[in-house]
Amino acid sequence: MKLAITGLNATDNPGPGVPLIRSLKHSEEFDAEIIGLIYDVLEPGIYMENLTKKNYLIPYPSSGLENLYERLSYIQQQEKIDVIIPTLDSELFGFVKLEDKLEELGINMFLPTFEQLNIRAKDKLFDFCSDNEINVPKNILVSSISELQKIPEDFDYPVVVKGIFYDAYIVNNLEEAKTAFLKISSKWGLPIIIQEYLKGDEFNVVALGDGTGQTIGAVAMRKLYITDKGKGWAGITIFDNNLIEISKKVIERIKWRSGMELEFIRSSETGQYFLLEINPRFPVWVYLAPNAGQNLPYALLQLALGNQVQPFDNYKVGTIFVRSSWDLITDISVFEKITTKGEI
Amino acid sequence: MKNFIVPDNIAISDSGFIFLPSTGETFTLNEMGKEIFKLLQAKKSLEEISSEIIKEYDIDEHTLERDIEDFILRLKSLNLVIQV
Amino acid sequence: MSSKKIYERPIITKNQSGFMNKFGSSSLVKPKVEIDGVLVKDLVDKWGSPLFVISEKQIRSNQRNALRIFKSRYPKVQFAWSYKTNYLKAVCAVFHSEGSWAEVVSEFEYQKARRLGIPGENIIFNGPDKSDSALLNAINENAKIHIDHFDELYKLIELTEETQKKANVAIRVNMDVGVYPKWDRFGFNYENGEAWQALKRIITSRNLKLIGLHTHIGTYMMSADAYKTATIKLVDLAKGLKNNYNLNLEYIDLGGGFASHNTLLGQYLPAEEVVPSIEQFADAISSGLFELSGSLDELPTLILETGRALIDDAGYLITKVLANKRLSTGKRAIIIDAGVNILFTSFWYKHKIHPANETGVHTEESAIYGPLCMNIDCIRESIVFPNVKKDDLLVIDYVGAYDMTQWMQFINMRPNVVMIMQDGTVELIRKSEDIDYIEQQEILPATLKNFK
Repeated sequence: MKLAITGLNATDNPGPGVPLIRSLKHSEEFDAEIIGLIYDVLEPGIYMENLTKKNYLIPYPSSGLENLYERLSYIQQQEKIDVIIPTLDSELFGFVKLEDKLEELGINMFLPTFEQLNIRAKDKLFDFCSDNEINVPKNILVSSISELQKIPEDFDYPVVVKGIFYDAYIVNNLEEAKTAFLKISSKWGLPIIIQEYLKGDEFNVVALGDGTGQTIGAVAMRKLYITDKGKGWAGITIFDNNLIEISKKVIERIKWRSGMELEFIRSSETGQYFLLEINPRFPVWVYLAPNAGQNLPYALLQLALGNQVQPFDNYKVGTIFVRSSWDLITDISVFEKITTKGEI
Repeated sequence: MKNFIVPDNIAISDSGFIFLPSTGETFTLNEMGKEIFKLLQAKKSLEEISSEIIKEYDIDEHTLERDIEDFILRLKSLNLVIQV
Repeated sequence: MSSKKIYERPIITKNQSGFMNKFGSSSLVKPKVEIDGVLVKDLVDKWGSPLFVISEKQIRSNQRNALRIFKSRYPKVQFAWSYKTNYLKAVCAVFHSEGSWAEVVSEFEYQKARRLGIPGENIIFNGPDKSDSALLNAINENAKIHIDHFDELYKLIELTEETQKKANVAIRVNMDVGVYPKWDRFGFNYENGEAWQALKRIITSRNLKLIGLHTHIGTYMMSADAYKTATIKLVDLAKGLKNNYNLNLEYIDLGGGFASHNTLLGQYLPAEEVVPSIEQFADAISSGLFELSGSLDELPTLILETGRALIDDAGYLITKVLANKRLSTGKRAIIIDAGVNILFTSFWYKHKIHPANETGVHTEESAIYGPLCMNIDCIRESIVFPNVKKDDLLVIDYVGAYDMTQWMQFINMRPNVVMIMQDGTVELIRKSEDIDYIEQQEILPATLKNFK
């Protein structure tokens, strides 16, 4: 069997490809060749020994679906791939749209639907959660500076000012809110989200839904160390039934199909969990899951192949990951080959 | 007539890949770029280069002259050739 | 001679992280040698460059496809061609021959529709600017007048009382559908009750006949859901009319605004990936219409004023390379003979641009500039493009919407527009301008004639 995986950019803002491969290899039953699908010739995964059998450059998602499809067809002729697991947010829309065409080439995937991808847009998530009695930080959308005057009617300062795609600032008064509004709107456009600021600890859940509403598995983690870029650099598995139940409810209601990460904050005042974000793919720390007893990536591979998968019922708490950086050494010839040939 | 030479420490591989050891920069050339670069390395003058290419390739003199000018301008700005 | 090798321009690329993905770029640009089976080169040989080309086949297929999609979800559907999107006679005629009505927003557009033989009752008259004479004419010809504001409503009451004629009217409603910017400058607001108030005023006036409700929530909409919200709100008004006044509307008009496959500047993912399909827009609208009840006779017709999504991909602009340049930064610039004055949409789209003949596989980051002697004349700040030579032809995709109405004569003349007909023949549908055409509107005062 052959399996292709994207996101081998194990950098300081890493993609989940490398940990996903490590997870798959963690399973004793796993027996497949792995092909790396890469966007840049310096993705560290290319240079790791025994990680992938071969790597192919593929076009950036921004260059259009036709190109991606054409390149994948070429790769398919060489490799006969059975399953592709895309791992990056920015490529998911493209792979979802190509799902049928790739299936015709004999490539299976296990992806969320277009509608499911849309639910997680920041402004829609709020509606989804309030319809389903899931706590989310209270938020409003504003599209002009003058609307910021209304903040005190709905919130107590501080509040979080967020962009519709990225970026967030905590502000303490109207002046700071205006500054944040201008900064974010000039970069990410309107509307701007004004969100209740919740004090508390952050918890993340990695999970897998089978598309019928059933949760195949869910492992909760608390970040132990967060870098100045906001990335978790160490974390520990924890268990709180509330947290897992909320995650299962989200999967049930959306009938989520694929791997995912749910980000929560636990209010230090009330102890309640608030859902901050849904990421439509496995997180970078996914390798923690098989080591805690739930090999969710391997289960996803089975689902992609159309096999039955039994849900996991528990996992080991107290399993820790600590991320490290590690210099790989290689010769310029490797770099030359991937640069000039596009495959290695 | 201006002529250009490639410094001795710069090598080009068969795949058209150049590594500049003094700065660590790398470059990729297409087939024709590689051809011209190798002729420059062989210390051929621009006239010689041009006539060799016209002999072998389907191209008119004016277009080729323009393209070589532009190419040399790029090589110069990338410190890959020196004018002599 | 024939044994000579194929030449390609020499190229060197500096490898920079993030720019080393040759598959991210090279195949991006595929040559487009022909349009609907007609060689691009032949088109230019005959009609010159730049040249706008419209495909009759594509328009018909778009229109039929959209009608089929909506009809399979709701029994009564009527399209009205949005004149401002492209009001060339030939284009309008194709839409009308497919059964579309006319949707106009000015007296000029109204006249264009009438001259094409569209009866008043098949014209929807929208927009904030309708003169008294335009209104009177529309009343006389039984056009469907969509009222935009109270001043217009009272003017209509006045005019119909003076003439003792009845007017068929609808109101345009604006509303919060969760997208930004809110288009609250057109029509009557739903949330603050203004729309309901306008409807009540129409019902109590003797000479105005309320036949429909209209909304148009925005342009280039990326969210299908917003149409569901809009539909539900219009349906809510329709139910209010039924319950309070036992009034059945003839139609509900959801306007247009469906996004096309052009990618916006600043949008990372290509439009084809993120823009909802017509099916998704249709699903959203029809799910909102389920709220309506009654027999088939009582159900209002669903009117759609879709413009961009039906014409954008039926239009091409062929342009010629005037020169290649190297900018001071080392970046390549390609200068073409089509400027922003005829390709207005380059201010907001990243158009798909193809060479019209096979090029080498190597590409280079380039800027594409128009021919105007103006710094703003930039068709694309940055595009990874293969090497093209002077006099090579390029084809720019998706220019059917707005370019041929918002274009302007500036520095040079506007070019020919041709239509490739269904049978593969090519017809000139708008002649390129010449100096006589431009100057015939000008008058040189007698005192300035002999300035020597």
